[in-house]
Amino acid sequence: MNKKIRVLIAKPGLDGHDRGAKVVARALRDSGMEVIYTGLHQTADMIVEAAIQEDVDVVGLSLLSGAHMTLFVDVARLLKKNDMEDVLVLGGGIIPEEDIPKLRKEGIAGVFGPGTPCEEIVSFIKKNVKR
Amino acid sequence: MKDIAKKVLQGDPRSIARLITLSENNDPKAIDAMKKIHPHTGKAHVIGITGVMGSGKSTLIYELTRIYREKGKKVGIIAIDPTSPFSGGALLGDRVRMTQLGMDEDVFIRSMGTRGMLGGLTSAVYDVVEILDASGKDIIFVETVGVGQAEVDVIKIADTTLVIIVPGLGDSIQTLKAGVMEIADMYVVNKADRDGVDQAVAEIESLVDITCANKDRKTPVLTTVAKKGEGIKELSDEIEEHLKYLEKTKEFEKQRRLRYEAELIEIIRKRLMNLIFDESTFKEKIEDLIDKIRKKEIDPHSAAEEILGKILK
Repeated sequence: MNKKIRVLIAKPGLDGHDRGAKVVARALRDSGMEVIYTGLHQTADMIVEAAIQEDVDVVGLSLLSGAHMTLFVDVARLLKKNDMEDVLVLGGGIIPEEDIPKLRKEGIAGVFGPGTPCEEIVSFIKKNVKR
Repeated sequence: MKDIAKKVLQGDPRSIARLITLSENNDPKAIDAMKKIHPHTGKAHVIGITGVMGSGKSTLIYELTRIYREKGKKVGIIAIDPTSPFSGGALLGDRVRMTQLGMDEDVFIRSMGTRGMLGGLTSAVYDVVEILDASGKDIIFVETVGVGQAEVDVIKIADTTLVIIVPGLGDSIQTLKAGVMEIADMYVVNKADRDGVDQAVAEIESLVDITCANKDRKTPVLTTVAKKGEGIKELSDEIEEHLKYLEKTKEFEKQRRLRYEAELIEIIRKRLMNLIFDESTFKEKIEDLIDKIRKKEIDPHSAAEEILGKILK
């Protein structure tokens, strides 16, 4: 048996800044995970479809446009609708402090803003991955 | 979980995805399901796509898939990228070029890391081809890692192998002549809107003239600009032609036997390795033997015989 943690890193919506997503993707790769990168401009449906086909343990969403309350929540709900509650959903980008508890409530288990050390994300995943 | 094989046969995406994961994790739970689905395999046309990194393999698969979808064919795509030999992690980025296909329920894309396999494929790829085949896919693309010269394993699994080349490699085409340049059922010069395309085509055609002199099929050389969709229709026609050629000759049978031979050997290899390295008793034994080799109390060959003797007993 040789299980690896599989992570989907996706950029939902219209913002075109993916440097942060790429930095995180690389850090996760270097910690031994398999990272599937989907690229920019993904809809919630596309992200969930990719999560199903790739059978990932974690979905990481990055957004800097301010639409996280809509798009992150859409992804989390759609995962639930597809019986994928056991997928760990994480968010990153420019997320105001006051939105974080609301996102948690909707199932986004961890939110990581600018300046978060990559090791923190790695250890959060290793500790919280559900399957 | 109990009827995962049944659900795979019905084409259920989540079950397909799950069984692929079990297989690539070497989970014993996969074996029973794999046994059950095998009678339902063998129908899909497996197309291998190989070539240097950045040659446009993923984009070509995207464009070809669109043509197959217009014809109503169901498509499976296995996109392989390298696993880091240092961290064991991987960045699987082929999906980026194919996101438009993601919402089509008759297209299934799976990204895979090589997980220690050399040769351009990954150990579980034989299982994954069987899974996608059994799930009702008519066409299965196997995209290798970006290759150098010697990664030629794709011919063992593909009915039709496409070697993708880009103009401007110049002399490196020469160096590619052994290995990768020997495995093509057709050559595709992609990015053909760039300088040097005529030279690239000419070089490959002269290679074909030499190697195919006494053969009944001459390996075709096609040009495409995958990003603009140019030459894709011609390429897909040529792939169809190749399938007809295979079926008309003994080549098809030969190809399938080659695949099952490779698959059988891979399963045996994998299960033997699991036996040696997953059993903790052997792990300790191996550590112990390494110490002894270091102290010159035993030589590596005798140590290997000791381990093998225990397994074969």
